[in-house]
Amino acid sequence: MSIKETNTDFEVRSLDAMCINESELVHPWWFNFKYLFAGIIFGIILVKAQVISWFRIQEMFRLQSFHMYGVIGSAVLTGAISVFIIKKFNIKTIYGEEIKFYPKQFSKGQIFGGLLFGFGWALTGACPGPLFAQIGTGATVITVSLLSAVAGTWVYGSLSTKLPH
Amino acid sequence: MKIVEWLSQPWPWYIAGPLIGLTVPLLLILGNKTFGISSSLRHLCAICLPSSISYFQYDWKKELWNLFFVTGIIFGGIIAATVLADPNPIQLNPALIKELHEYGINNYDHLIPVDVFNWQSLITLKGFILMVAGGFLVGFGTRYAGGCTSGHSITGLSNLQWPSLIATICFMAGGFIMANLILPFILKL
Repeated sequence: MSIKETNTDFEVRSLDAMCINESELVHPWWFNFKYLFAGIIFGIILVKAQVISWFRIQEMFRLQSFHMYGVIGSAVLTGAISVFIIKKFNIKTIYGEEIKFYPKQFSKGQIFGGLLFGFGWALTGACPGPLFAQIGTGATVITVSLLSAVAGTWVYGSLSTKLPH
Repeated sequence: MKIVEWLSQPWPWYIAGPLIGLTVPLLLILGNKTFGISSSLRHLCAICLPSSISYFQYDWKKELWNLFFVTGIIFGGIIAATVLADPNPIQLNPALIKELHEYGINNYDHLIPVDVFNWQSLITLKGFILMVAGGFLVGFGTRYAGGCTSGHSITGLSNLQWPSLIATICFMAGGFIMANLILPFILKL
């Protein structure tokens, strides 16, 4: 891939808050199996902490339980301390690359999209990660919700230039 | 085995939360990857049906790691529901149980209410709104917001990004409005 193409790619994708951190290294595809393993651990945590439970999400939005606030709050605190340590001590990846952080750009999408996602979160009782985990626990009907979420993403993609940002 | 029994109990928030938070540095150290799950929905679109939409024109092969990660989440769900299955029903606030009883939700054997989340109810208005419309809003909303609970609320807030704080406040506001003001009418259908 030429450098020019990479740049265009970055431009398009930097409109999005996600997927902008990228490694310059080129690895064979099976190097990705370490992320499969990380995902397995993450999935087990989500299920065992009942974060993927529709009931726990209802409790959260009705202020009937501290559980979800405790999970999210302590996750953010741990994440923030970790990011601070990485920056402070200039910790490198396991391949010796410098770890890069990119600021998130404000857009009105965070308000409109955020509210719409909030509606969907309370309806399905799941954000995207839990959708995958719920399917794993045997709730096969959630594959329909996941496909619908992919459809929602596609519709957003096709309308994105017309929506206020 | 003792350890399996011990792991099979529901994990408290002060164990699970920090472990979820550690996913942020884990993915950064494994290969400069930003923890965020809703991007996987975009990659699936980019692979399967990019059409000529600019939002889906990028080199998704570089993002394959994200799809490995979410596939792992499915396997993690399988392991948690089999090897580490907890036989006891979920412990909930009695006020919620009382409210849900009014809507005919009485089964607490699963993490989702199987009384309404099942294949048969997909063709009912209630089931369609909860599963299909709900799923659509999750996909549309997270991508419009540029991230979900993982990308904004955990990764973004960990890196002290104020746009992520705005997004998180809106996620919660949307959830409060839906769960308290609109969902009761849907569940009565």
